[in-house]
Amino acid sequence: MKFVRWLADIDRRIIFVVIAVAVVVPLLFPLGMRVKVTPQTQTIYDEVENLPGGSNVLVSFDYDPAAAPEVHPMALAFLHHCFQKKHRVIIMALWPQGAQMAVSAMAEINRDFDLEYGRDYVNLGYKPGGAIVIKSLGNSFAEIFPKDMAGRSTATLPLMEDVSNLYDVDLVMDLSAGVPGITEWVIIANALFQTRTAAGCTAVSAPQFFPYLQTGQLIGLLGGLKGAAEYETVTAYAGKASPRMDSQSVAHVVIIVFILFANISYFILRRKREEGSGGPTARPPTSA
Amino acid sequence: MDGLTLFGTWIAAFLTLCILSFLYKDNPFYKFAEYLFIGVSAGFWIAYNFHNLLVPNLIDPLFGADGAFPKLVREGQLDIRLLTVIAGLLGITMLFRFFPKVAWVSRYGIAFSVGLGAGLMFIVYLQANCIYQIWGTVQLSPIVITESATGWHFDWGASVANTLLIIGVVSALVYFYFSKEHKGLLGGTARLGIWFLMVSFGAAFGYTVMARISLLIGRMEFLIDDWIKETLIALGLL
Repeated sequence: MKFVRWLADIDRRIIFVVIAVAVVVPLLFPLGMRVKVTPQTQTIYDEVENLPGGSNVLVSFDYDPAAAPEVHPMALAFLHHCFQKKHRVIIMALWPQGAQMAVSAMAEINRDFDLEYGRDYVNLGYKPGGAIVIKSLGNSFAEIFPKDMAGRSTATLPLMEDVSNLYDVDLVMDLSAGVPGITEWVIIANALFQTRTAAGCTAVSAPQFFPYLQTGQLIGLLGGLKGAAEYETVTAYAGKASPRMDSQSVAHVVIIVFILFANISYFILRRKREEGSGGPTARPPTSA
Repeated sequence: MDGLTLFGTWIAAFLTLCILSFLYKDNPFYKFAEYLFIGVSAGFWIAYNFHNLLVPNLIDPLFGADGAFPKLVREGQLDIRLLTVIAGLLGITMLFRFFPKVAWVSRYGIAFSVGLGAGLMFIVYLQANCIYQIWGTVQLSPIVITESATGWHFDWGASVANTLLIIGVVSALVYFYFSKEHKGLLGGTARLGIWFLMVSFGAAFGYTVMARISLLIGRMEFLIDDWIKETLIALGLL
């Protein structure tokens, strides 16, 4: 009973330490856990695989460094896959820091491929306006992005000669951490211009986008670090998400154990109190 | 990693530890990092929005080298971009909020952006989030027969999933129907709807836990790989 009472009133700082250990130890000593690929990841992979080489893929970087641990690995794995299949990538951002995240991603990707800027990929940079920007892209890229991120005229970029509006884009991949993001791409690009749309997002926002999968408004969805690890697995890309899943899994097990212990001790103590007072009583929650 | 980058990494590591110190209890280090973050963020956004929003969309078209006003002075040619001027004026009206006596002027700018947003999004939002979702539910069949090499067979997995989806959507909608007291069949269906809602909240909570742990992993990886390991390498100890 003493142990149960200690468990019920455990200092939250002990929980923090245990979680920290659960995260750090697998980072130092990887367990190599297997990542199972779910259908919503497989469909994105299949879509990229089945597009003919040289297809135009638009990647919208709608996230900032705060979401980088989750979303950046999926950006790297996806871009790597696109360039492996010789697709042409148009990069843009609806988030101010998204354009910089794209620069960072391309710096890493350029180590593996001999890519020529303007022919194999372009970075159009950030444009404020969210849904209005997407709607305008349905008319013209040049109007919305007269210059690319570095200030070059987009009209002079060979890749953009073949891309006048969203109808010329074969696949949109939105990497999002909030608004503007997936909702805007789905309701404008997909619903209005019938552009095939896929997405990757932070785990917090993933559940709200699952209805779009069932209706086919989204081809696939990468949800959080797990989604990134799945895409790395299916493309055999040695990224950072898969090793991080060891820590993620161990931390989840620890949290589940804590939830179980908390509930067991709560019900044991409540039963004890009911027995002592002769009936059920309300008990204020403990500080832990 | 060069010396300057390592110095930056040390600052980032120090600030990370300052923020994490809140887990023990509130303290001056945490407060320092928090206020620094707020100040730097505010400064960053002001500068970023000025250079990426105001300069290319308002200042350059009007006052830049090829802008309307220099052209007027240089060539005597009136090339005022009316839409740019109107947008600029509407933007300026927003600033009237700071002066209580004329704060009402700001309503013009706000009314324009609200009207534009509503007009642009109303139909597409309805189409994507309502019509498509209704279609997605009604086209589901609770009995799914699939064809394979051995012939036709009943697909248990898809059939159960479709049935659950239809029951879930209907019962959750019934829970939000408040025009009749939740009793009898209506009450039972609404209670079932609560169960489906609870399962969805549980899934959302699970995803939230995953997201927070992912962020922690990102920070820990930074501390281990970018800070400790790189420092040891710089000191020649690794």
